[in-house]
Amino acid sequence: MSPLPDLIFEISREGKTAHGLGASRVQSKPAIDPGLLRTAIAGFPQVSEVEIVRHYMALARLNYSLDQGLYPLGSCTMKYNPKINEKLAASEEFQAHPYTPHELVQGNLELMARLEEWLVALTGMAGFTCAPAAGAHGEFTGMLIVRKYLKEKGDPRRVVLIPDSAHGTNPSSAHFAGYEIREIPSNAEGIIDVEGLRPFLKNDVAALMMTNPNTLGIFEKNITAIADALHANGSLLYMDGANLNALLGIVRPGDLGVDVMHINLHKTFATPHGGGGPGSGPVGVAAHLLPYLPVPRVVKDGGKYGVVFAAPHSIGRIKNFYGQFLVMVRALAYLCSLGRENVRQVAEDAVLNANYLRKKLQDVLDLPYPTATLHEVVFSDKNLPVKTLDIAKRLLDYGFHPFTIYFPLIVHGAMMIEPTETESKETLDEFIAVMKKILLEAREQPDLLLQAPRQTPVRRLDETLAARQPVLKWHKGENR
Amino acid sequence: MELEKLLFTKEHEWVRLEGDSAMVGITDYAQHELGDVVYVELPGLGKELKKGDPSANIESVKAVSDVFAPLSGTIIEVNPKLAANPELVNQEPYSEGSLFKMKIKQPDEVKELLDHKKYEEYLRGIAGE
Amino acid sequence: MRYLPLTDTAREEIKKAIGIDDSKELFKSIPADKSYFDLAAIPSALSEPELIAEFKAMGRKNLFPGYLSFLGSGAYAHFIPEVVAYLSAKGEFLTPYTPYQPEVSQGNLQAIFEYQTMMTMLTGLDVANASLYDGATAVAEAVLLAVRKSGRQRILLADSLHPEYSAVVRTYTQNLPIELVTVNVNEADGRINLNDLQAKLNDQTAALVFQSPNFLGVVEDSAVLAQAVHPQHAYAVQAVAEAMSLAYLRPAADFAVDVVAGEAQSFGLSLGFGGPYLGFMTAREEFLRQMPGRIVGQTKDLDGKRGYVLTLSTREQHIKREKATSNICSNEAWCALRAGMYLATMGKDGLALAAGDSHLHAAYFVSKAAKSRQVRIVYQKNFYNEVLLEIKKGTAEAFLTALKKNKILAGVPLNWFYPTVSNRVLLAFSEVHSREDIDRLLQAMGEYS
Repeated sequence: MSPLPDLIFEISREGKTAHGLGASRVQSKPAIDPGLLRTAIAGFPQVSEVEIVRHYMALARLNYSLDQGLYPLGSCTMKYNPKINEKLAASEEFQAHPYTPHELVQGNLELMARLEEWLVALTGMAGFTCAPAAGAHGEFTGMLIVRKYLKEKGDPRRVVLIPDSAHGTNPSSAHFAGYEIREIPSNAEGIIDVEGLRPFLKNDVAALMMTNPNTLGIFEKNITAIADALHANGSLLYMDGANLNALLGIVRPGDLGVDVMHINLHKTFATPHGGGGPGSGPVGVAAHLLPYLPVPRVVKDGGKYGVVFAAPHSIGRIKNFYGQFLVMVRALAYLCSLGRENVRQVAEDAVLNANYLRKKLQDVLDLPYPTATLHEVVFSDKNLPVKTLDIAKRLLDYGFHPFTIYFPLIVHGAMMIEPTETESKETLDEFIAVMKKILLEAREQPDLLLQAPRQTPVRRLDETLAARQPVLKWHKGENR
Repeated sequence: MELEKLLFTKEHEWVRLEGDSAMVGITDYAQHELGDVVYVELPGLGKELKKGDPSANIESVKAVSDVFAPLSGTIIEVNPKLAANPELVNQEPYSEGSLFKMKIKQPDEVKELLDHKKYEEYLRGIAGE
Repeated sequence: MRYLPLTDTAREEIKKAIGIDDSKELFKSIPADKSYFDLAAIPSALSEPELIAEFKAMGRKNLFPGYLSFLGSGAYAHFIPEVVAYLSAKGEFLTPYTPYQPEVSQGNLQAIFEYQTMMTMLTGLDVANASLYDGATAVAEAVLLAVRKSGRQRILLADSLHPEYSAVVRTYTQNLPIELVTVNVNEADGRINLNDLQAKLNDQTAALVFQSPNFLGVVEDSAVLAQAVHPQHAYAVQAVAEAMSLAYLRPAADFAVDVVAGEAQSFGLSLGFGGPYLGFMTAREEFLRQMPGRIVGQTKDLDGKRGYVLTLSTREQHIKREKATSNICSNEAWCALRAGMYLATMGKDGLALAAGDSHLHAAYFVSKAAKSRQVRIVYQKNFYNEVLLEIKKGTAEAFLTALKKNKILAGVPLNWFYPTVSNRVLLAFSEVHSREDIDRLLQAMGEYS
């Protein structure tokens, strides 16, 4: 008996309907060559409305979600998603067609402009675009800006430097912007220093992509010296702002010599992750890069908002329409709710919580980099009788979502933990107690971990089978 | 399989000389390190490779590894069984799970390969690190 | 602050536990002269009632509600069943992360597996991915896919591809050694000019990228296009901006199209001023290992029970880094889940009805407007749900302004995209329009002078 509901195709029965459309009263005939028209879609679901509801409710119950509990994925900033923001984003008055004449959507344009103003104020960058659809899309946009700027200065250069602790999107984004990647090693403290950077800093270097705080949770304290070294070399500093939460109201990347950065509205700005998207990855630039921002740009002219669709130096259009507008609605609502009074508290609490976990777990787990950390902490499975994966799976049995595992790559069996500021101390204490219990089990009854999870709807899944014999859709009668 | 008759690279490929051709695969050590192989991308027939060029590509669930050409030459045969049964690389790395055969272009390069004893020593060196 | 559960007492306890007196000590690694910057420029917090009022006030500045809209061109108004809105808003679907722990993510994984299945049913192609950002980026990814798979660098782009899609393709490829060549469109029937296609096609061509229904509203004869490019071993890549058409038109696979990529906003996503929407990609099996983005696959758990995982992830950036098929990480998972809900709810019959009415409403408009003295229907047949109008007197802007006075948004002027075309307007129809709506449009058009 499978704990999963049957596939929607398997519960389908001829003659059932869930839609409520009425017959059209418009009389007309098709105006398309008959050879171009399709017949009924074989196998397409035919289910009643109540069965639709029950099917998806059954699926909903199989998901762990942030609404249910702690979700301490490192560098993912799984903070609580405020409910009022959902309601505001669903408001009818924001659901304009993207090609609505601008005088009829002044509210939407104002909303985008206000969000950009907020992001400028919080980061100290000269301007923002909210067009990119997600973090990686923002990275790509940022690297296109870097390249266009350098190209117009005479030489786009060839190489982008990326620390070994970086997220995989960094090298991939730079690659699609036409760059070769050179990986630079982190030092013993887990950060980049100018001396370590120097040998890589040749005259073909376009930029360094630095995540700050980095994926070890450590603030790259040499950032201003690194920015100076890059600038002296004619190179730019890109900051991956995935971990901006730790800096909110504390420091502005624009004050640290950053030329271009992206942020993630779905991390720092509390918009829901939706099971992997949609995100939104606004890109901020220093003044010299403003002309290169993608189009369209919202502008204020007198009392009215308008849109600029073409600009001579712009990298061009990165996405259809204006970007992930309804994600922007949520992010602005979040910022308006926080306000001046709370932005700094967000960062402080996020860092307090992470350091509390670090302090409480460092006696039982190996801490590969003892450097002070901000919003997250990375432990290793060194000296443990089990692997990181086993601990993660056992956490599922205790009703907690695990941390990020096996990333960053420079830590053996990495456990990357980011509690965020929206977890209470009580929740953290519970998590700490469970972790300690699991580590005790690891020594005394390792089978409990190796066989975990047992309490979840399904047990460990065979990923090898999935990849060796891909079954990527339902085939009538073949998916049992 | 008589491992003593094979030659090896430090990138954990093995080579079996057959006249002016060489059969190539990955070693047992390599397949262990990779884990369950789920897909093998083989070079096209007739492809010319220089020693050290990426030739095949082996994927496990969470890793991808390039196989570097152990010698310079032309691909004259690829293992047809791997498309449907990539697990052969794990199960029989030295026989059924071989990757391809190449016609050797620069016989001198053969001398640069390790014999079984030297490869074993090399492996012990890695383990001792 | 209600989103911050730490009490002052808890903060003190934590500080004590970690051995600091002041929170500022946490940030010692940040240059002191740069940290704790002045927050004066940041607005003051709003209470929840104030927030609602503030957003209502912004919403009131949007004057579009109350207008009868025939805007389309890549974003389409379709009816969204309430169950779709209700179910998709559940926190269990909205607030998880990417399903990296499949044991506690089976709901999302199965839902995406169902979505993938339905997308392959609609296009007839073998495999679908779990989503891309939007139609424009999906087409850009399809271009990169064709280049990777073929090892060739020349891409033919139909001039009737959505101009924003072409623009995004240009942005994406601006630093890559890819050659983009535009293929002309026949003025007579709005379809790709086959002579021009043959002239530009060569043995270095990776793919022809064409949109159908195209940006001018016309359904292409995909079979002819695929037949034209396949002898040169180039791929036929179809872009789709109006996914609803997939439920009305013969599946791309029947015409030997290799890849279909585009925008599926029509499947239950609100207009939302342009996003978030849903990029999709479907392809023949041979493209699978080169596809961008996440893919959900079926497998078994330790007890042999059916379950789902993200699979073939060696294609992706977290493993292959700069060698990945795409840099995409976060995608549009929730939008795909919601599209799956929409498709399941509409079902075989409902989807056929919505897709059919979208065409028939356009056809009704065309049959009535054909006699108009004010406008000419540029393409009287083989349109799907979009109709290109030529204004006989004056400019498109003048026409649209006149109809706007009647509270009608009578389409998108083509001069936004083709500056030399001053008198053409593109209108979109769907099942949401009633006969009265269309008659009202016709009447207002008749009064235009």
